[in-house]
Amino acid sequence: MAENVTPRVRAPREAAPGDVVSIRTLISHPMESGQRRDGDGNIIPRSIINRFTCDFNGENVIDVTLEPAISTNPYFQFDAVVNESGTFQFTWYDDDGSVYEETADIAVA
Amino acid sequence: MTATRRQVLNTGLAAAAVFLGLPRLASAQDVDAAIAEFTGGAEAAEEGVTLIAPEIAENGNTVPIEIDAPGAEAIMVLAAGNPNPDVATFNFGPAAGSQMASTRIRLAGEQDVVAIGRFPDGSFKSARAHVRVTIGGCGG
Repeated sequence: MAENVTPRVRAPREAAPGDVVSIRTLISHPMESGQRRDGDGNIIPRSIINRFTCDFNGENVIDVTLEPAISTNPYFQFDAVVNESGTFQFTWYDDDGSVYEETADIAVA
Repeated sequence: MTATRRQVLNTGLAAAAVFLGLPRLASAQDVDAAIAEFTGGAEAAEEGVTLIAPEIAENGNTVPIEIDAPGAEAIMVLAAGNPNPDVATFNFGPAAGSQMASTRIRLAGEQDVVAIGRFPDGSFKSARAHVRVTIGGCGG
């Protein structure tokens, strides 16, 4: 259903220990709300991303439950605290069972 | 049986109230139910949570909002005037740098957006912002 789903992540590449870093994520997805109708008056079935998570070295940063009221191409900005070098793991869960993943490395020194 | 003028007026008023009032009431009940489910019926103080939303949103399809609740473990966002008031729930983990997040939401029309934060001590705090929408975002 959802085609050409491309996750994009912007996170700093380096930081000092204990820094709070700002992370921005965007994923291209139609987020069909299930409220709209097509030209023949039939309801277009809901097809959204229903959950987004971000972990840093296995520790949870944020876990968001999305409802149809989230806009097309869901965008999130949030903060993470980094104490050591590691990898951010981003995961999006689609209604159709698809899972989209992206990672970002950060060097902390 | 002949109806008096007063009876006729009352019936008309009741019918109008049912016709105009029910959709809004149902939505208000939905919002209350969603809040009660999140808070377990606890009172939410109107402080400690910041909800930044535009006063006027030109396009209801993408309304930028920002929530900030220092110390909260979760924040739920509701749009009181949408067909389905749920918007999103943010749960913050141990690696979160702050209890702040921003995203873009859909709003069907002019309405209140509500953010409720759940704090580790079991208390709840809320914030409310009124947004006017020029073009609704529910494909109507």
